[in-house]
Amino acid sequence: MAEVILLLAVSVALAWPLGRYLASVLKGEASRADAMFLPVESLIYGLLRVDPQRGMTWRGYALAFLASNVVLGVFAWLVFLLQHTLPLNPDHVPGMRWDLALHTAISFLTNTNQQHYSGQAQLSYLSQMVGIVTLQVLTPMMGLGIAAAMLRGLFGGRNAATARDGEARDLGNYWVDVTRLTLRVFLPLALLFALSLTMLGVPGTFAGARIVRPLDPGAGMTEQVIPVGPVAAMVATKQLGTNGGGWYGPNSAVPLENPTPLANALELIAIVVMPIAVVFMLGPFTGRRRLTPLVFGVMATLSLASIGASVHSERQPNAATAGLAAPGPNLEGKEVRFGASASALWAAVTTQTSNGSVNAMHDSLNPLAGTAAQVNMLVNAIWGGIGCGLVGHLVFLLLSIFIAGLMIGRTPEVYGRKLETGEVRLLSFLVVLQSLTILGFTALALVIPGVAGNSNPGLHGIAQVFYEYTSAYANNGSGFEGLGDATYWWNLSASAVLLLGRYPCLLIPLMVAGSLARKRQAPQTAGSLDIESVTFGATMIAVIVLVTVLSYLPVLVLGTVGEQLMLAHS
Amino acid sequence: MQTSSRHGIKAHAARFTAQTLREAARDAFAKLAPLTAMKNPVMFVVLVGTVVVAALSAQAVANGKPWLYTAVVALILLATVLFANFAEAVAEARGRGQAASLRTARSQLVGRRWRNGQFDCLPATELRPGDIVVVGAGEQIPADGEIVEGVASVNEAAVTGESAPVLREAGTDRSGVIAGTTVLSDEIKVRVTAQPGESFLDRMIALVEGAQRQKTPNELALTVLLAALTLVFLIVVVTLPAIGKFAGVHIDAVVLIALLVCLIPTTIGGLLPAIGIAGMNRALEANVIAKSGKAVELAGDIDTLLLDKTGTITLGDRRATEFIAVGGARGPDLREAALLASLADPTPEGKSIVALAQAQGTVAADTGASTFLPFSAESRMSGVDLDGGRVIRKGAKTAVVDWARARQVAVPADLDAAVDRVARGGATPLVVADGSRVLGVVALADVVKHGVRERFARLRAMGVRTVMITGDNPLTAAAIAAEAGVDDFLAEARPEDKLARIRAEQAAGRLVAMVGDGTNDAPALAQADIGLAMNSGTQAAKEAGNMVDLDSDPTKLLSVVEIGKQLLITRGALTTFSLANDVSKYFAIIPAIFVAAIPGMAALDVMRLSGPVNAVLAALIFNALVIPALIPLALRGVSFRPGSAESLLRRNLLVFGVGGVALPFVAIKLIDLLLAAVAGAR
Repeated sequence: MAEVILLLAVSVALAWPLGRYLASVLKGEASRADAMFLPVESLIYGLLRVDPQRGMTWRGYALAFLASNVVLGVFAWLVFLLQHTLPLNPDHVPGMRWDLALHTAISFLTNTNQQHYSGQAQLSYLSQMVGIVTLQVLTPMMGLGIAAAMLRGLFGGRNAATARDGEARDLGNYWVDVTRLTLRVFLPLALLFALSLTMLGVPGTFAGARIVRPLDPGAGMTEQVIPVGPVAAMVATKQLGTNGGGWYGPNSAVPLENPTPLANALELIAIVVMPIAVVFMLGPFTGRRRLTPLVFGVMATLSLASIGASVHSERQPNAATAGLAAPGPNLEGKEVRFGASASALWAAVTTQTSNGSVNAMHDSLNPLAGTAAQVNMLVNAIWGGIGCGLVGHLVFLLLSIFIAGLMIGRTPEVYGRKLETGEVRLLSFLVVLQSLTILGFTALALVIPGVAGNSNPGLHGIAQVFYEYTSAYANNGSGFEGLGDATYWWNLSASAVLLLGRYPCLLIPLMVAGSLARKRQAPQTAGSLDIESVTFGATMIAVIVLVTVLSYLPVLVLGTVGEQLMLAHS
Repeated sequence: MQTSSRHGIKAHAARFTAQTLREAARDAFAKLAPLTAMKNPVMFVVLVGTVVVAALSAQAVANGKPWLYTAVVALILLATVLFANFAEAVAEARGRGQAASLRTARSQLVGRRWRNGQFDCLPATELRPGDIVVVGAGEQIPADGEIVEGVASVNEAAVTGESAPVLREAGTDRSGVIAGTTVLSDEIKVRVTAQPGESFLDRMIALVEGAQRQKTPNELALTVLLAALTLVFLIVVVTLPAIGKFAGVHIDAVVLIALLVCLIPTTIGGLLPAIGIAGMNRALEANVIAKSGKAVELAGDIDTLLLDKTGTITLGDRRATEFIAVGGARGPDLREAALLASLADPTPEGKSIVALAQAQGTVAADTGASTFLPFSAESRMSGVDLDGGRVIRKGAKTAVVDWARARQVAVPADLDAAVDRVARGGATPLVVADGSRVLGVVALADVVKHGVRERFARLRAMGVRTVMITGDNPLTAAAIAAEAGVDDFLAEARPEDKLARIRAEQAAGRLVAMVGDGTNDAPALAQADIGLAMNSGTQAAKEAGNMVDLDSDPTKLLSVVEIGKQLLITRGALTTFSLANDVSKYFAIIPAIFVAAIPGMAALDVMRLSGPVNAVLAALIFNALVIPALIPLALRGVSFRPGSAESLLRRNLLVFGVGGVALPFVAIKLIDLLLAAVAGAR
């Protein structure tokens, strides 16, 4: 338990200064590092033919985001399709089938990193480095750019002081935001972290797979192929960028990705540090100091509740061993070197942060921890993915403002700007879209004979399918696994869910912010809702829990909750 | 101000007769018509569910299977829809009753039309705009109009419920008269301004009756959110059987529909229209006719109130409060002179000087015949010329000083100080002089109405700023502003200053409300977000505002703000309540659905209900009954205690959120016990 508390405390302590730095980068403040970064940035703006001074409306920002994503997506898809004809393929990995390549491209483009393949066997070094890592570096910064634009919109845009009511507002420049964040924040951090991982034993090489003789001749094979490669760089980006897609199929459970308990601790911190830093960025970035305590309070409360449930659950024995004399904690599907608590903590934070890397099999979690993991992803706003987690959180904030605003007898206002039918319609659409997508596809996969390919019958089989789509919609990427998922059905249906979970969920809130931004701003009075208060924080927690629980309790009862009840019964 | 309205419309509203309820019950069935029902997406889903369950029940009868349970569920669902319809119908019936009582006042009126020097007596329905009618004492005014000649006291009780007569006078801002009211004294000539049946009130009453009621902006936004939640739960119950089938869990269609109806926000969905109509009705009960529900709703958002000083903040009449002798004159001399100058003065100010001087022991000597000079705008003085040749003047400082200088009377050096002191104290200085010397100053103070300070404090707690508009100089205005506790004031204000001030407030993002009655108020009334016109005011003012106060009470604006807030709070509170209910309903229905398929499900049955069938029925019955149980609350509005937003939110969250989770546990358990007692545990 002490390690759980220590890891969380260190993460928060590191996130604080990082958040302030994020704010200063996004605000374009002058810094000592300008001498190094400005020339590179001007070079990039020149290549992209972008005027860094020009602001964008929400529409311009959204279009730039979409355009860059289309280009990157097509590029990644082609690399995966044609990797056998491209260089840096020492192990002669064949090209991917078109649907798998499509799913992989979309999965990484949406910052999800859901993997229907095993990286060490099915991707060349070039695919991993140029296809995967490029997306792992850029997509989190794109999400953060959208979050920054949305925040600017909530406060009237960068031209709030000069624009007239009803005039479109400047929500920032997409290319500048993403370039600055990538160069000044992500790459230095990733470099530092990759070097640390290499030091701890994670491979970093362009040489091909090693062939060794097994220590135990009784293992039934004369030689073992150990795939390696520039693994450390990818592990660094996958953890820091809420990506989660590993070099190896079993992800951070493999010693080559996660060699020691210290590496495990560092990776865990890397998973949460950026999402928490985004919360600390809020105050200095928006100038609303008290916004950080509100969001931090709500997220931390939900986070600790979920971590508590998860750790408690895994410290209980696995049902299959419960009858033994000294059953111990649930170590089924876990690395013994990490133990139950650290694995449970990882399972909780990787689903909270939309990271999705795993160091244990989530399929083998006790049902309570499995439920916590699914609820984390359904909420997808407890820290959440970098940027997108905040955007999701702001959606809950706006919904809570609407309900609470009515309860104090005023038309609901977001920092003085009225939340009206147009915005409520957009927010409502998002609420419906989530349940329609996740429940709709879950039902389809289970009803259409033979497509699910799940390894378990009964409630656990349902949970496997539901988890897969929930993870895809949350752009999380972790899996309950146990699905025969390298099929047309899974690749294509999951691709659709990935897209729906990314683009509408980022762009509709941006649209709401754009529409709010141009409205007349009323001054704050004693009659206005105090958003940054404990009462409102409690309202938000209630709204988050209510919306999630009410929509998904029945299907959870048919999955892990039902399993838990059955276990408790027997 | 609330008391005045008790007599009139409220009295009619209070008559919540069996007749109204019968009418509402009939309407509740009429509203089952699909086209009407579709306007409310939440209840329409329940209606469709009812039809499906009824069909399943009929099918069971045809197949000779047990049908009673299905039929009972269908009946409960039907009752749920009917209760919701009933809520709306009751609210409508009340509004109609109130409007009808306003109308009865004006049936069968007769007017004396003055044309070409002669009168024709003809029914009011034949009067046209532009006609001049003459109305004498004891007669009813036949049509809406403006007095073109004369002044009269009018009893407007028939319309406003206020029995004290009001003064209506040609050429002033109080020249408007209303059809159906009675002239008590004098005779007036009235120019008719409205077509028969299309008088201003007729049109506004028609609006209130809600024939073409439109959803207000916040109501629309809430409807969208409720529709979205309904859609989510629809998706949940449609996908559930498909998902369950994989694990061999069969879910009964009737139970699924029961789950759906329990989850979708039927409580707020059912009461939403009634809440909106009741808001308009409450405004009407306060004798305020709002031209739209939107205006009432908007009143809750007001940030700034512009209030005229006179009549709203102060009583309107200034009264003498102090005598200050100057230049060595003695106090008694000043009092005597002031008393003599005021004895024949008919104005309230003059009378108050007499009263104060007498109270301080001055007795008026018999001066014999004297000539009183009334106040005029040119002289800005009044006074008296006594027979003995003594002349006394009282008036504005500049006027009296000029008068004195013209007579070579020295002006004492300490006069300025005395005048300043009075002005700074918020009073009007009146300088008194006679033919030989300047005697001193009488302070005429505005008397701030009792209780306004507290009202403004309450408004401030709600975040509403008050701005006082006055023609006084800044010094006087500041003093009164401080005494009344307003947040800001606009001194030496001309009508166009009001308009400018409203625009300035709006440019700062504030929503502004103001009260007005004069024609020159019309632009400001139109510009303000809420313009409350006085019914006694001119037609132009009434047309420009978006609300009319039948009592012509400027402080009514404060009530309107509270009604607007209450309207939104009621919606928000019942939405919270409705959603919070779902949590507890889940604990009744989820175990009932899955208990057969999932061993251990009973652990979720925290209420220990008597059986799955009773659990579903109890949840549905609770769901249906909570609607009529909340009708009084929806019509009355959630009780509104002014306070900070934070305290309001905390209180409403506790009552309707936490209470909304707790109440169904108790209620469903009780209903289940009843069901078990009647039909046994099933």
